Amino acid sequence: MSKKFWETLPQGSVVLEAGSSAKFKTGTWRSVRPKWIEENCIQCLFCWMYCPDMSVKVNAEGKREDFNYDYCKGCGICALECPGKKGKKAIVMEEEGK
Amino acid sequence: MGKIVAVTGNEACAQALKQINPDVCAAYPITPATDLMQRFSGFVSDGKVDTELVLVESEHSAMSACIGAAAAGGRVATATSSQGLALMWEMLYIAAGTRLPIIMPLVNRALSAPLNIHGDHSDGMGARDTGWIQLYSENAQEAYDNTIQAFRIAEHLDIRLPAMVCMDGFIVSHSIERVEYIDDADVKNFVGKFQAVHPLLDLDNPKSYGPLILTDLYHEYKRAQHEVMTKVPKVVLEVASDFEKMTGRKYGLFETYRLEDAEIAVVVMSSAAGTTKDIIDQYRDKGVKAGLLKPRMFRPFPYLEIADALKHLKAIAVLDRADSFGGYGPLFMEISSAVMSMDTKPAMINKIFGLGGRDYLPDQAEQVLDELVKVAKTGKVQTVKEYIGVRE
Ligand code: SF4
Ligand code: SF4
Repeated sequence: MSKKFWETLPQGSVVLEAGSSAKFKTGTWRSVRPKWIEENCIQCLFCWMYCPDMSVKVNAEGKREDFNYDYCKGCGICALECPGKKGKKAIVMEEEGK
Repeated sequence: MGKIVAVTGNEACAQALKQINPDVCAAYPITPATDLMQRFSGFVSDGKVDTELVLVESEHSAMSACIGAAAAGGRVATATSSQGLALMWEMLYIAAGTRLPIIMPLVNRALSAPLNIHGDHSDGMGARDTGWIQLYSENAQEAYDNTIQAFRIAEHLDIRLPAMVCMDGFIVSHSIERVEYIDDADVKNFVGKFQAVHPLLDLDNPKSYGPLILTDLYHEYKRAQHEVMTKVPKVVLEVASDFEKMTGRKYGLFETYRLEDAEIAVVVMSSAAGTTKDIIDQYRDKGVKAGLLKPRMFRPFPYLEIADALKHLKAIAVLDRADSFGGYGPLFMEISSAVMSMDTKPAMINKIFGLGGRDYLPDQAEQVLDELVKVAKTGKVQTVKEYIGVRE
């Protein structure tokens, strides 16, 4: 007898595929988006450390690159924590669709 | 052949845990379960077990640590009572929904307010919908035997659900009784080696526990959880049959006493069943056809099996050591649901007794049986739910 759909679910809702959260793109949740202003960036990587998702891309040289908007939910933590340069933030939040 | 000892219910349960030697116990003390884990922690300190004992700051943390350890792939146990169980509430559902076979002796105690440390079933009944298997014990021997059987039931590969082993606070947990201990090797052999399912510590196969599951799949997960509960009775009976082969002691989903030819019966759980059996004997001597049914497995509840055992009766009294305020007693609700499937229904009354450790005395059982005789004769029930043993 073939199994019903609910009988095929992994026991106890354990996710058996490692790293599968990468498939779940949360960028659509965003209503405000962080904008990176490279000239004000001191590469401290606070934004990378504080981001609750994986939306701040860092390259092989350990340098920050632009945001990965596939996952960024627009929470604004990176903009808040960003020290910037000489009082000028390297991340500002802008409303989506503007 | 085991050893015959004089021990309390707590001591017997601690001995069962010692013989099983779980990988992890996370516990927080609460009366009347304190003494159980205190004895077990003595075994840990004395090197009698290999268990990692995690001393936490609350019962919420105790159950959380048990969940973590069980997900990691360990055999896990803890114990609690009353407010401690109430504080675990959130984590109880998580343990069951995540299908982790954690074993927890629950030393039944009243819930606040007013604050009371003595035995009743308010705590266990409050947790009946959490998805845990619940076994209730009449005495220290049953608490010991049920603890050992609970590991086999919960860890069965078709089941993988947490289980509570309940005994009455103080009445059983702190009274010294005759208990027959099973040999260490036999217990070890009976429970077998723990088989981890999807252990987090299997680092070659990384996985995630506790995902967010919304409207797309939550309903299906609950359907699967319901299904696994329907498989529990068969496993409980299989384990009981193996247990009987080892010890000669017989267990079922419930126990019946002089019920086969009875016309009236009392349904009651745990220690009060003992007192009731004595009074039933006295009434039998007087020619009254009285019997008893004592549920052992309260979750899942064996509705059809109990209905079959009660179907010939004229009147039934269900005694609840807990109340559902604004409703009938929780055991009465279950027995009513069981009776629903019968063609001819017995008359039923519900008595709330023994709250906060109020003694259940022989005269209360007599009062119930006298009323049952009347109800059976007239077929009429005057008041469905009443408190007995109340100071008036
Ligand atoms: S807005 Fe929030 S989610 Fe997006 S990059 Fe900044 S910290 Fe990460
Ligand atoms: S926190 Fe600001 S300054 Fe630091 S790396 Fe990120 S964008 Fe650059």
